[in-house]
Amino acid sequence: MSLLEILVKRLLLGLGTLLFVSFLVFFGTEILPGDVAYAILGQGATPELVEQVRERLGLNEPFHMRYWIWLTNFLIGNFGTSLANGADIGVEVSRRAMNTLILASCTAIVAVPLAIILGLMASIKPGGWIDRLISSVSLALISLPDFLVAVILVSIFAVKLRWLPAIASIRPSYDFFDWIRILILPVMGLTFTILAHMVRMTRSAVLNVLSSPAIEMAILKGVPRRRLLVRHALPNALGPIINVVALNLAYLISGVVVIETLFNFPGLGRYMVEGVTNRDVPIVQTCAMIFCTFYVLLNILADILSIIVNPRVRYKK
Amino acid sequence: MTLHSHTSSTWFGRLRVNMEDLTPGAAICLCFLIIVFFIGIFAPWIAPYDEAQILTNDSFMPPSAEMWLGSDYLGRDVLSRLIYGIRITLFLALTISFISFLSGVGLGFLAAAFGGRIDNWMSRLNDALLSFPSLMLALIVINSLGSSFMVLIFTIAFIDMTRVYRVARALAVNIMVMDYVEAAVVRGENKWWIICHEILPNTVIPLAAEFGIRFTYTILFISALSFLGLGVQPPQSDLGVMVKENMQSLLYGEYTTLYPAIMIAMIAISMNIFVDWLLLQSGTKLPEEV
Repeated sequence: MSLLEILVKRLLLGLGTLLFVSFLVFFGTEILPGDVAYAILGQGATPELVEQVRERLGLNEPFHMRYWIWLTNFLIGNFGTSLANGADIGVEVSRRAMNTLILASCTAIVAVPLAIILGLMASIKPGGWIDRLISSVSLALISLPDFLVAVILVSIFAVKLRWLPAIASIRPSYDFFDWIRILILPVMGLTFTILAHMVRMTRSAVLNVLSSPAIEMAILKGVPRRRLLVRHALPNALGPIINVVALNLAYLISGVVVIETLFNFPGLGRYMVEGVTNRDVPIVQTCAMIFCTFYVLLNILADILSIIVNPRVRYKK
Repeated sequence: MTLHSHTSSTWFGRLRVNMEDLTPGAAICLCFLIIVFFIGIFAPWIAPYDEAQILTNDSFMPPSAEMWLGSDYLGRDVLSRLIYGIRITLFLALTISFISFLSGVGLGFLAAAFGGRIDNWMSRLNDALLSFPSLMLALIVINSLGSSFMVLIFTIAFIDMTRVYRVARALAVNIMVMDYVEAAVVRGENKWWIICHEILPNTVIPLAAEFGIRFTYTILFISALSFLGLGVQPPQSDLGVMVKENMQSLLYGEYTTLYPAIMIAMIAISMNIFVDWLLLQSGTKLPEEV
């Protein structure tokens, strides 16, 4: 099979996955609870009112029609209005998605290089004291709940030292430096939540490559250490490392939700939590779809990059 | 490893040999876990006060002789609430892990034992489910059904099941290609016999390790949900709820919110270290380190 064929196949598979995910989101939010109309009306639900609302929302249509309408609306960016206050979700989402994107990319910029460097350092001499230190600290970090590091950071930098704000709410008047000030703590908290996984996975990916017969052969052949790492080990480790990075950026999703709630950061994650708390179905649907799309896309990206970087994957079934 | 130098044939004998090889770190973690479970089981007899009783009008009192960890935001005893919180958290995590294991391992072994088209379709469906971020799945179900113990248990068990299935299937597939399984097939043993007598005994240790990992993951997951206000609902409270409700304490210069958070972390760290030791000791590896 040619490279192009494989890529197209992977993309189609990804598209199928997205469709499946959208179906699950729709099924989970609209079919599971019984009736959205009751949810909207709450206490004052009389049969006539319920019927009116059902008519207005198109709930009397058959299931597949509703799914189709919902999906097409979503694709053209018509997210509907909030059940709680009737506000247009699209406007709110675009603003908040931007904030979340800024938060997530700042975290990625800090966490990815740091994790790769630490992972490489640990794998240079497995079992050495650097490796033992990095491995045990990252094992401990994996076990921490997402919010613990952030709570500790807040108690140190916001409460004790009073250097940084504990709450990351955003005002339109904020300039670049205000943004940095409010972002430091959330970014630090998020970095800790994904760093450990990335370090451990990078380490095991590199070690895996270093123990392969090809590398052993190169050592026996007398290839200098530096050339060994750069020419022989790195190209083989690149695929797994890229995979690790993409997968961990996908882990960011749960971290983002927790950290945004903790810091009161006006992003997509907190929006979704508010939506779930108020049982605001359209908000939950929209946010879930955005997060899931992001997750699926990152997974596809990871696969495609590792196919391009590592030719052998192409011939695997 | 010393495990292989001893020739104990019974599983209990092997267990005893294993216990003799406990490293100090793993031993401390195991002791800690046993103590925590003990506290969870006997919470009503250990806790000095009732968890819901309001003892003082002052929120966030510093630790004192009467209240070892001070009071929480409503003036309740933090130590008692911590003890009851451990009970709820452990109860939920254990129940969820057991359900997810029974279903995940069962289905994974079945898929591996039957192979072919059944395996193909089950694994494909599972992969599709795995493409859904777990927190999103939980939030969607909680949005629809509200948050109760039942909803939490079955939702998270379902999410965990997809992960357990993958590991169990991968482990079982490796066993299925062994000569002794082929011999059993030729002897005319049925699938059920093969699962019970060939696959299960050969995958017990990695599965035990996976159980530990799932357990840790579940504790962290429930705590995160509770912290978001979407997990355990008051008046019930687990450790995550305690972290959430006492966040304010930091502003008063008290660390009330840190006690439950650190307790979660310590349980999770101990479990992880113990699992690491178990895997190292038995020389086994899990199919995937995720």
